[in-house]
Amino acid sequence: MDLNLKNTTYKQLLWIGMASITLFFAGLTSAVIVRSSESGWQDISMPRYFWYSTFVIILGSAFLIMSKKIVRRGKNPADYIFLTFVCGVIFAIFQFKGWSALVDQGKFFVGEGSSPASSFLYVITFAHLIHVIGGLISVFITYTKSVNSKYSKENYLGIELTSIYWHFLDILWIYLFAFLLYII
Amino acid sequence: MSDHHNETFLSKYIFSLDHKMIAKQFLITGMFMGVVGMLMSILFRLQLSNPGESFAVLEWFLGEKWAPDGVLDPNMYLALVTMHGTILIFWVLTAGLTGTFANFLIPLQIGARDMASGFINMLSYWFFFAATIVLLTSLFVETGPASAGWTIYPPLSALPQAIPGSGLGQDLWLIAMTLFIVSSLLGGLNYIVTILNLRTKGMSMTRLPLVMWALFIVAILGVLSFPVLLSASLLLVFDRTFGTSFYLSDIVIAGEALHHTGGSPILFEHLFWFLGHPEVYIILLPALGIVSEVISVNSRKPIFGYKAMVISLMAIAFLSFIVWGHHMFITGMDPFLGSVFTFTTLLIAIPSAVKVFNYLATLWRGSIRFTPAMLFAIGFVSTFITGGLTGIVLGDSALDINVHDTYFVVGHFHIVMGLSAIYGMFAGVYHWFPKMYGKMMNKKLGYIHFWVTFISAYGVFFPMHFLGLAGLPRRYYSNTAFPMFEGLTNINEIITFFAIVGGIVQVLFIFNFFYSIFYGTKASKNPWGSTTLEWTTPIERIHGNWPGEIPTVRRWAYDYSKPGHDTDFVPQTEPLKEGEEEH
Ligand code: HEM
Ligand SMILES: [Cu+2]
Repeated sequence: MDLNLKNTTYKQLLWIGMASITLFFAGLTSAVIVRSSESGWQDISMPRYFWYSTFVIILGSAFLIMSKKIVRRGKNPADYIFLTFVCGVIFAIFQFKGWSALVDQGKFFVGEGSSPASSFLYVITFAHLIHVIGGLISVFITYTKSVNSKYSKENYLGIELTSIYWHFLDILWIYLFAFLLYII
Repeated sequence: MSDHHNETFLSKYIFSLDHKMIAKQFLITGMFMGVVGMLMSILFRLQLSNPGESFAVLEWFLGEKWAPDGVLDPNMYLALVTMHGTILIFWVLTAGLTGTFANFLIPLQIGARDMASGFINMLSYWFFFAATIVLLTSLFVETGPASAGWTIYPPLSALPQAIPGSGLGQDLWLIAMTLFIVSSLLGGLNYIVTILNLRTKGMSMTRLPLVMWALFIVAILGVLSFPVLLSASLLLVFDRTFGTSFYLSDIVIAGEALHHTGGSPILFEHLFWFLGHPEVYIILLPALGIVSEVISVNSRKPIFGYKAMVISLMAIAFLSFIVWGHHMFITGMDPFLGSVFTFTTLLIAIPSAVKVFNYLATLWRGSIRFTPAMLFAIGFVSTFITGGLTGIVLGDSALDINVHDTYFVVGHFHIVMGLSAIYGMFAGVYHWFPKMYGKMMNKKLGYIHFWVTFISAYGVFFPMHFLGLAGLPRRYYSNTAFPMFEGLTNINEIITFFAIVGGIVQVLFIFNFFYSIFYGTKASKNPWGSTTLEWTTPIERIHGNWPGEIPTVRRWAYDYSKPGHDTDFVPQTEPLKEGEEEH
């Protein structure tokens, strides 16, 4: 396959995959809407850690944007990609902190002290984190490739794909966060 | 890409990256599962026509445990019904049908050497294979396979202690389905990008054969709807294994109140049918596409209303996302919302009618060649009409309330989906067999296969409408448990009789299929006189499909009996003559 064709093909694969993931979360969030309109729904206040995680995941995107700029200029963007990786790890840590804050509030995933609202909150954030882990893997791979100077001014598809996916995770999280903030 | 490289048995037949081989893997697996699923239906039909009677075959197949003294165990009855539905809908008519024809036809008809990613393609089959193994394993666990129906409604599917089949069997079902979903997502991704990017020179989207359009749209439908089933299953898994209460509330089992509060089983129905309805079109659209090709080739006429065909495929696909509520009219749905779903459902009748009209118009005054493929294609048009009409009855919420969950529904969806799609699949196999194996299938056996299938299939499903109108519920173990249904026994016996006949005649098809692979007469390069690209490839099947350059496309796919030409078909590769209009 020539390079141009490869570029468009892989990008399309990614876009369709992301559409698919979007529908997965649309399923979950519409379940919340259906359920929340029934009786016995209780609101939960979101722990502040989720605000922090929102900030770092966006920061991760910013570093990827910079790496793209750098590789276009013909330099090696490995350091910036590494920073995105760090952001992703911190994001994951904040999610765990958020969950333990929920536990401290007495909002559990299952059993006594759980409610549909709290269970949904855990499931949705957990499902998102799984996708972030996928993103981290791809960031890591791009990082090692970049360290080994596999990218050039002409060919930086891997970086592009990774950043599209990371921006997607980013926007997805903002949607989910806003959704959870207002509905749950 | 090289045409020759050293191939071992493993790399050629098992871990193949070649789309034609992967298509055959899907086909053979699908056929195998078809036999399993059909056998199951014959077993439970025996119980339905002769409740509580002893049959040696039941014991022979199911053993002392599930058919003590030859009488079908009630739990096994539910398990068989569930597995039959699951296998036929997902394994045969989704993966078997789309997996076969998308893989086989897409590269050949658009003029590509293979799929965009042979590797993803292989993965797609292997996930499907793993799913098959897990599903079949569940037949042999102590508590039996899943038993909550192919729609796996909670609470039955969510409480492992509810019935035997809700235990390990349901777990395995969910695992199998997850693998299955991964397989179809991988497949779908590949089909979409292949059609978008790898078309040969001159093959614009509007020159694509209709089956390409159908498979393209099906792939989009799958990619958008299966994830929702995945999210529904995820919540179900949490309810089952971790004790969350997404779908469960206020349940008492054997005098003991469960801790679940606040869940809603209706929620599951919403999520399930948001996939479930598009899924029925995922099954149907490839058949619509195949039938378009077969009817046009064998009428020696261009397909009538090509553009209308494409637009109606799109309209059906779009509408299929906004009608799911018609499966839930009796869930206490707000009547106003019910009428909205009635409205959207009835809208589907319009594009469906357009398609039927165009098929009939294509046949009209054609020089029809009644090949077995053509007969099945015409059979498809028949069942699509019959089943579509009852769909209009069901779509009306006021009428549906009376027949919901009765045999009327079973009759409806078997005819419109089950029969139509399986006819489409048969039509496809008979039609493209020469391309797949370089041999012809036996025509006489094909005719017998068609006519016996056609008659017995109507014999099975047509009378079901009367059962349903008389109020007979579906999925009940015994039709004689209630005196009011005793008068219906005759009808049930007729149905079982036809089911057995219809089942037996499939043996003929399978025989014909395998016999022809080895001993069939050799096929010529283009035995049906068809215009499309796949028939320009050499008979011996090679990697990369065309030995030299990929041909360029110069015209659309339906130039049959075009005035001003010597032959009654003009291949897509033939340049337009001076002054010739495209169509
Ligand atoms: C053309 C392809 C069609 C397919 C493949 C199809 C398939 C199905 C299936 C599988 C079910 C039953 C699901 C279950 O409960 O297990 C069903 C039910 C239903 N179908 Fe169709 N159908 C088709 C066309 C239509 C049309 C054209 C209409 C209406 C205009 C329609 C209206 C309905 C309704 C209302 C039900 C629900 C009945 C009930 O459960 O009470 N269908 N269909
Ligand atoms: Cu439906």
